[in-house]
Amino acid sequence: MEKRVIFKGIWLPLLLVAPQMLITAVFFFYPAGQAVWQSLFIPDPFGLSMQYVGLGNFEYLLSDPYYRASFLTTAVFSTLVTVVSMGVALYLAVLADRLIKGSGTYRTLLIWPYAVAPAVAGVLWMFMFNTRVGVITWYLGQLGYDWNHVLNGSEAMGLVVVASAWGRISYNFLFFLAGLQSIPRSVIEAAAIDGAHFWTRFRTIVFPLLSPTTFFLLVVNIVYAFFETFGVIHTITAGGPQQSTTILVYKVFADGFVGQDLGSSAAQSVILLLVVGALTVLQFKYVERKVHY
Amino acid sequence: MATLTLENVQKSFGDTKVIHGVDIDVADGEFIVIVGPSGCGKSTLLRMVAGLEGVSGGEIRIGGKRVNEQEPMDRDIAMVFQNYALYPHMSVAENMGYGLKIAKTPKAEIAARVQEAATLLQLTPYLKRKPRELSGGQRQRVAMGRAIVRRPSVFLFDEPLSNLDAKLRVQMRLEIKQLQRKLGVTALYVTHDQVEAMTLADRMIVMNAGVADQIGAPLDVYADPATAFVAGFIGSPPTNFLPAARFGGAEGEMLGIRPEHLTLGAAGAGRIDGRAVSIEPLGAETLVHLRLEDGTAVTVRQEGTAELPAEGAEAGLSWATGEEMRFDDAGRRLR
Ligand SMILES: Nc1ncnc2c1ncn2[C@@H]1O[C@H](COP(=O)(O)OP(=O)(O)OP(=O)(O)O)[C@@H](O)[C@H]1O
Ligand SMILES: [Mg+2]
Repeated sequence: MEKRVIFKGIWLPLLLVAPQMLITAVFFFYPAGQAVWQSLFIPDPFGLSMQYVGLGNFEYLLSDPYYRASFLTTAVFSTLVTVVSMGVALYLAVLADRLIKGSGTYRTLLIWPYAVAPAVAGVLWMFMFNTRVGVITWYLGQLGYDWNHVLNGSEAMGLVVVASAWGRISYNFLFFLAGLQSIPRSVIEAAAIDGAHFWTRFRTIVFPLLSPTTFFLLVVNIVYAFFETFGVIHTITAGGPQQSTTILVYKVFADGFVGQDLGSSAAQSVILLLVVGALTVLQFKYVERKVHY
Repeated sequence: MATLTLENVQKSFGDTKVIHGVDIDVADGEFIVIVGPSGCGKSTLLRMVAGLEGVSGGEIRIGGKRVNEQEPMDRDIAMVFQNYALYPHMSVAENMGYGLKIAKTPKAEIAARVQEAATLLQLTPYLKRKPRELSGGQRQRVAMGRAIVRRPSVFLFDEPLSNLDAKLRVQMRLEIKQLQRKLGVTALYVTHDQVEAMTLADRMIVMNAGVADQIGAPLDVYADPATAFVAGFIGSPPTNFLPAARFGGAEGEMLGIRPEHLTLGAAGAGRIDGRAVSIEPLGAETLVHLRLEDGTAVTVRQEGTAELPAEGAEAGLSWATGEEMRFDDAGRRLR
């Protein structure tokens, strides 16, 4: 029997959830409320007064081609980061799962990148690919390829995707490995006896049984790609060239803190919030149905 | 349907040798049970036949063909695991049809063969359910169904009944036997339960620490054990062992006598005296547990109607010399 605690009255339970609620209120509801409030105004250039504009900020934003381009950039960027970081992590986890000797070392080494702060990772990749002194740029030059992510938008995108995905692989790897190891060995063996070779087993048994892990990582990685990649983009490309790596969260920063257009920036945060919220709801509604728990 | 031959099969994990050369010749359609205590290497032996473990030495042949190097899927076998190992995300029908689907069997034929197996195993009402929605006994049947749908030439069972309660175990035991007879498939069955072994086997293999101590029909093994280990392991209550030196044998030799071959009489009237320490009346028969002077425990099995000694009383034990089994100090039978 499952043990259930039954509280009499309402005060004790309220007290127990209070710290969590307080943190959520201070760090989420309050700033979110502020953003919604500010998105309805345009402050004057000296920040002395605010003029109410209703949904004016939103109307302006949605007709701004730069903003719409940023949507597309975000979609491309977060899809690539999620696919690359999850794909590589899954591949490594499958290899580690088959390994018996030395898997401890392998695992430990793979976890290290996770300990590197995004901004530091950004600097690392920036130096390796620096157009003048970067090691990899130099090697690519030897091979006859002229790498220049400062001028080339696709190369810039490639670089921030790789730099963002890199730090994420360890995290995903850990979850995938734990997921793989929780699949009973005998089920895999039964499939082998039933005639399934490695790839068929992976496709029809392992991957479906891994789906709760995959789904969880999908949600977490998309949120990561939307928000936490800021540090990487800021250090490597600062959103350039020609805004080709300006994802939504970077545009909030660029317009608000650099451009000092606080009304528009606030409106952007609100839209960003809605987009991520909608994405998560969609995932739970449609993807989760295919998940076997 | 095929013969199965193991020839001096050995297995080592690293430096540890767990199977020390086993030879078996299984006839087509024969039901062979491997029985032995935990850790003696039964599962390892079975998994080598299945191709789930590499073979360190010797040769395994199925239908006369060497299979040492073959993948499990190429050996034409099916296996039922102790934990059933059903695919949790597939329905009962999909579980049973999985092997056929991989072999690209036409859909209609898969459906027909699954239906046929389901009828045989009384699983028809559950075909659409997921394994987690079934009882232990039903899961067991699905695992059997998955094995028979593919029509393999050898069935392998690794303690398939040990997760079931006692009553269901007896019922499934009968069903497995009938099924195997009906299909005529060669079967290799692993268990640590000697009752299962005695009732299922055409011939049984008693394993002890990686060695096949004896191979033979259950009643022959019972009546004529080849080693002290087999005498002690097969039969319940187990064979009594007495130091042979007291009865004219050499030092270190042991005398084995089955509980049903001992009779109780007045103290001093038998070949040796013992003190009755406890008495278990089971109805048709009664078990009397005695302790000899030197501390050896001895069990006597007698008719429920026979006269009983009082608990704590001395009694004399006697037996016919023809029923004695002599074992040397290494446990080998002396004839
Ligand atoms: N992968 C392995 N690596 C090392 N030793 C192993 C491995 N698998 C089994 N063994 C050893 O081999 C011996 C035989 O194991 P096995 O599983 O065959 O026993 P068993 O007779 O099936 O026992 P049980 O009745 O408990 O299932 C044991 O001593 C076990 O510790
Ligand atoms: Mg075992």
